[in-house]
Amino acid sequence: MKLNFDDNRPIFLQIAEGIEDGILTDVFKEGEQIPSITEISVTYQINPATALKGINLLVEEEIIFKKRGVGMFVKSGAVSKLEEKRRNEFFENYVKKMIEEAGKLKISKQEIVAMIGRGFLDNEN
Amino acid sequence: MKIELKDVSKKFQDTQALNKVNLNFEEEKIYGLLGRNGAGKSTILNIIANRQWASDGQVFIDGQSAWENSQAQKKVYLMSEKCMYPGSMKGEKALKWSAAFYPEFDLDYAKFLADAFELNLNKKVSSLSTGYSSIFKLIVALSVNTPFVFFDEPVLGLDANHRELFYQKLIEKYSEKPFTVVISTHLIEEISQIIEEIIIIDHGKIIFNESCEELLQRGYTVSGPINIVDRLVAGLNRIGSDQLGGLKTVTILGEQNFSDLPKGIEIGKLDLQKLFIKITSNKGVNNDHESNA
Repeated sequence: MKLNFDDNRPIFLQIAEGIEDGILTDVFKEGEQIPSITEISVTYQINPATALKGINLLVEEEIIFKKRGVGMFVKSGAVSKLEEKRRNEFFENYVKKMIEEAGKLKISKQEIVAMIGRGFLDNEN
Repeated sequence: MKIELKDVSKKFQDTQALNKVNLNFEEEKIYGLLGRNGAGKSTILNIIANRQWASDGQVFIDGQSAWENSQAQKKVYLMSEKCMYPGSMKGEKALKWSAAFYPEFDLDYAKFLADAFELNLNKKVSSLSTGYSSIFKLIVALSVNTPFVFFDEPVLGLDANHRELFYQKLIEKYSEKPFTVVISTHLIEEISQIIEEIIIIDHGKIIFNESCEELLQRGYTVSGPINIVDRLVAGLNRIGSDQLGGLKTVTILGEQNFSDLPKGIEIGKLDLQKLFIKITSNKGVNNDHESNA
């Protein structure tokens, strides 16, 4: 899990997203245990209340669940749930922002489409 | 259980070090007590721990008066620059001495920490370097197990590795068994993610006392061409302003509710240290004479 605290969004959101990324990239598999609040807080040197707040977001969204006295685990079905959520955010966070930046640089719609094609080619190689 | 300061004032000859300070330290929270040199941070901590007396006002620890009350003082530990041990005492004996005063002192944990920090307990306390002297006092503070632990400049002279180790041990300890932690330091960025509550003191007065996250959310910058920025921020609570050529950046403290941003305007965030600097150094930005755009 990689966090970037230079990012100025609240830390609890970044913690939640870090765990989500871990789930999406198979670092934390469905049914498997994730690090404890203490481990997360000590590793990233953050207040345990902040770590808990981030984790609770994921519990509310039914991405992870707590087993009393044992720890926290990734819920089955978490991956597809996250994919759906991230797909919705993809348009807002990437597509809209890209078009905005392109506008500043006077990049046309055709040029963007061409660039995307080129990006796919690069990715395949 | 909490600590309450009620209208606490402190005068040194003709200097008003504290001016009617009202503060609560609640159970099981981590506080950052921030202020510039001479703002009154240490005076607050020393008054709570009975090392100085207040000229006026009262301090209550768990409902009891803190002044010359050893029952109340047993609930509090203050780690500060001042060494409270006879200089000729060896580290190991000084730990045992602390254990005699604080019934919950965990001697095994203290020795474990000494090992982790590579502190030689056979050395006399007075012969330790600045860094190791801080480390020795930190170890005591992390081992006393009092409900309230105050750290006044805890990482003085510590190298980066030891500072990180201290923060890790503090969080580990706190997350296993929460207690009230108050950290007063100038290394603001190092503690900004650790503290939950923030108290800023300036010239003996408390000027901020709120959740750290909320304070960070309220601080932001508006940058762009001078005339547009000036128009946008008119009437807002401006706490700082910088200009570079035709580009102006104004720091605002308050709710962010721009419905639609004009082209070329960017909203930025501040880290705690930058926000602190703006809050405690730039006075009267709001009163700057500005043309009516």
